[in-house]
Amino acid sequence: MSLLKVENLGKAFRSYRSEWLRFARWFGLPAKPSEEHWVLRHINFSIEPGEAIGIIGQNGAGKSTLLKMITGTLQPTEGQVHINGRIAAILELGMGFNPELTGRQNVFHSAGLMGFNPQQIQDAMTDIEAFAEIGDYFDQPVRAYSSGMQMRVAFAVATAYRPEILIVDEALSVGDTYFQHKSFSRIREFQEQGTTLLIVSHDRTAIQSLCNRAILLENGAVIKDGSPEEVLDFYNAIIAEKENSTVEVKKLENGKVQTSSGTGEAKVEEIILYNSKGEVADFIAVGEQIELHITVKIHQNIETLVLGYGIKDRLGQVMYGTNTWHTKQVIEKPTAGNKYRFVLTFPANFGAGSYSIQTALVDQNSHLSANYEWRDLALVFNVINIDKAQFAGCLWNEPKIAVEEITK
Amino acid sequence: MLRSLWQYRHFVLSSIRNELTSRFASSKLGGLWMIINPLAQVAIYALILSNILSTKLPGIDNKYAYAIYLMAGLLAWNLFSEITSRCLTLFVEQGNLMKKMSFPRIALPAIVAGSSILNNILLFIAMLGIFALLGHQFSAAMLWLIPLTLVVLMLALGLGLILGIMNVFVRDIGQGFPIILQVWFWFTPIVYPESIIPESYRGLLMLNPMYPITSAYHKILVYNQSPDLAPIVVISAVALALMLVGLFLFRRASAEMVDVL
Repeated sequence: MSLLKVENLGKAFRSYRSEWLRFARWFGLPAKPSEEHWVLRHINFSIEPGEAIGIIGQNGAGKSTLLKMITGTLQPTEGQVHINGRIAAILELGMGFNPELTGRQNVFHSAGLMGFNPQQIQDAMTDIEAFAEIGDYFDQPVRAYSSGMQMRVAFAVATAYRPEILIVDEALSVGDTYFQHKSFSRIREFQEQGTTLLIVSHDRTAIQSLCNRAILLENGAVIKDGSPEEVLDFYNAIIAEKENSTVEVKKLENGKVQTSSGTGEAKVEEIILYNSKGEVADFIAVGEQIELHITVKIHQNIETLVLGYGIKDRLGQVMYGTNTWHTKQVIEKPTAGNKYRFVLTFPANFGAGSYSIQTALVDQNSHLSANYEWRDLALVFNVINIDKAQFAGCLWNEPKIAVEEITK
Repeated sequence: MLRSLWQYRHFVLSSIRNELTSRFASSKLGGLWMIINPLAQVAIYALILSNILSTKLPGIDNKYAYAIYLMAGLLAWNLFSEITSRCLTLFVEQGNLMKKMSFPRIALPAIVAGSSILNNILLFIAMLGIFALLGHQFSAAMLWLIPLTLVVLMLALGLGLILGIMNVFVRDIGQGFPIILQVWFWFTPIVYPESIIPESYRGLLMLNPMYPITSAYHKILVYNQSPDLAPIVVISAVALALMLVGLFLFRRASAEMVDVL
């Protein structure tokens, strides 16, 4: 028997020409809604004990509507949700806390709202107090709490009793790191004891590390239900497909995100860094003479072409940058299909660290009048100090230091 | 619906208690304010209107007759207006909670009913104390107040539920009803005796559901007599019907309320 079974679930928000028609319908009079907006429709899935399921989807895909129907705050328009067991949700922590009451009284109230009787609450109170770890504040009015303390108490109540299904929102950031770890291990503990987790998140790593199944919602329908890896890849593909605009965001191997934009009349085809021996290199020694080869292909006839580049440190600060407008090497009337190679030779007078190169293909001095292509993180390289004296900073500016003793 | 309410009885009770404690948490006089407010109202009316109206109170010789008359009427009216006006905005105010937490919604009006009744009992006790000071007699007829309070409760809860639910969808009701409540107050013989209404218009009073109730309260508290049964039976039936309509509406609407909150 499955723990949770969602059958042909659908939710429509109805609007009426007049609210009086809505009232009339309650009394059984025939009144047609003027507009029906289906947020979710024909949703089917079932969940077995002990599963951990990630619910993925873009904003407006219907994730929260689905969760609200599962928790029971929202009534489905069609279909059913069958639940065998208790559901707890860590969505809005501290809902309904009364600032004038003490932590203990609020715990009593919240647990009561969850449907527990005074005896059950009394039994759990010591645990809740111990878990929240807020000391004497527990018996002081909640208005004296910091937001972190309030979260601690709220989380402690929400998870005081092990539910059969636990719904966790992605924004599970409960106060400080210490408590985050503590709350996370409690969730893990529940999972080991057989609680099914339902996690809503955009975060790939969170889903992959916690879940063994993922459900992808798109436009109010389940479009994929399977292993997290598979579903997440599918999700990313959908997003990429939507990106029909010229802005392209690419995640690089090192975890950074490359963004390029532009109208595309000219594009950088290749960008290669050579060291002083003429080898393709990722690692460059401080002060080494290097060559940067940038190949540009013209896709449409344009009036002028200017190449600009900048070298940035790992924080994104430009160390040096210039363009062929300033160096008076503007290419006039390049024709479609032509290729140009720019060879930039310069000494790597940088401090040790990681650097990136951004390129810009424009028509004049700046990218404001025409921007053929703008590419961040076009190339990443590292500078290491091999043979120079130890120094700090991002500029290699080695002095000659003369020292003489001048005591009399 | 009633069974889930029973399951949540502890929650309802603790909510009523929390409401009392938090309302007076940082005030010196605390719970006394609950009684001081309506009594101040009585004092103001008594001070301003007693000279004009006292002579017209027939059949009672206590010189504080008018004050007693006022208190009796206000006891009934306060319960009625507190429940209706709190139910009116109840669902709108608790919208966030209803959207986020799953619990029997019927607990919300139950909390309102419970705490209003409690306020009313405290007010009644305070009034008894003042009656004693003014030298007014108590009588066994006061036991009638118990069923009467229930009638007021049903009437107010029924009306409050209907208006409160409709207010979720049509917010004008929340703005308009307080005005109607004011007018209603002045069209009910509470600060004035019904004898000052011209004979030809007195029949219209029968259309006011609060009229049989206040006049019963007057009879019990001012004249120490049992109330006339016939109008009470009629108004009880009306109150019961209204309450049932309210609950029916509540059942039908509670799913849709969350959609628009």
